[in-house]
Amino acid sequence: MVEQAKVSPQNRSYEQGTPSPSDVQPEKSRASRIITFVILFVIWLLLSGRFDLLHIGLGVASCFLVTLFSADLLLPSPDVMRLPGIWFRFIKYIPWLLYEVLAANIHVMYLVFHPRMMRLIDPRIMEFDSKLKSDISRVTLANSITLTPGTITIHISIYGHITFHAIDIESGKSLPLIMDARIADIFKE
Amino acid sequence: MNFMAVVFVLLGLLFFTGGAVGIIRMPDFYSRLHPAGKLDTMGLLMSMLGVALYTIQEFSLGEVLTGLKIMFIVVFVFITSPTATHAIVDAGVRAGLEPWTQDISREEP
Amino acid sequence: MHHFFLFAAIFMALLIIFSLYRAVIGPTVLDRLIGVNAIGSKTTALLILTGLLYHRVEMFVDIALAYAMLNFVTVIAASRYFQKRKGLFDEIEGTQKEGDIS
Repeated sequence: MVEQAKVSPQNRSYEQGTPSPSDVQPEKSRASRIITFVILFVIWLLLSGRFDLLHIGLGVASCFLVTLFSADLLLPSPDVMRLPGIWFRFIKYIPWLLYEVLAANIHVMYLVFHPRMMRLIDPRIMEFDSKLKSDISRVTLANSITLTPGTITIHISIYGHITFHAIDIESGKSLPLIMDARIADIFKE
Repeated sequence: MNFMAVVFVLLGLLFFTGGAVGIIRMPDFYSRLHPAGKLDTMGLLMSMLGVALYTIQEFSLGEVLTGLKIMFIVVFVFITSPTATHAIVDAGVRAGLEPWTQDISREEP
Repeated sequence: MHHFFLFAAIFMALLIIFSLYRAVIGPTVLDRLIGVNAIGSKTTALLILTGLLYHRVEMFVDIALAYAMLNFVTVIAASRYFQKRKGLFDEIEGTQKEGDIS
């Protein structure tokens, strides 16, 4: 439910997230290390642009070292089997997100160039309850809301209560709820 | 291909102009973040798409790698720009800045 | 085509001057931070256009990528530093009421 909130920023309390059990005991499986190594090596090849033996050898060595130390940073979840489905649905989600961002950009540009802009905009702080559970899906939702012009995520509590700043009522009324449903469909929650 | 590059760069310049005008005209801190963070990101996407199309015209390995690197910049900015915007708005909320709202006594236009 | 990129770069420099207005005038520190962020993202595009003008895009792309990363780190560090109330309203005293430190 989207409703207008009259919260004053002074007495807002920030909950600190508690570490989940997977953070305390890192589950370093072999498959997540291999995936991390492949991603890092593709980025190395893209950024270096030289394909002789010395540069590729240096790339393999440095990617191996980084993978050894930080394999649990890029893929914290030990459940590797679900990853290709999530990535495929996420790639299908990107064009829809780009279209929505473009439409909202044109709306904000209409507001900016309008001569009576001060009467048209109506900034307010809204909030709603999300049903997403995991960290990565909440990060995706917050970045999607912020990337759309007209809405900026201010805070997500650990219970999934999202507070965001909207520039007028139309841009904040329906789009975050649709994004919430779509991202829940991506991560199957 | 040249024509497409020119059209994309001009669209990017239009979005950049919207961002620059928006952060001057908007009334308060929170609403200034809307054009500053997001119109610049969209303008960067459009203009970099035009430059990448212009770059990969002569089709060789180096040129394609350069175009891919330009699109990598766009992907990087699309990930980091919402994070930077969220950091600024979080600092504003913690510092206790009040959001500007429409006057209650004035009727809706 | 060369002249088109030249005029696009000049127009981008004019837009940077517009953003510099907010970075200089802006009432609070965070408004200046918004201006600095806008200047940084425009400079990333301006560096690529400069590389097209000098026919050295493959070198300027790396500089632009490093500049984008530096801009991100700058904004994160500065917004973490200025997230306290003290010092934020020193330059506009009288327009904001006194409140407790949140």
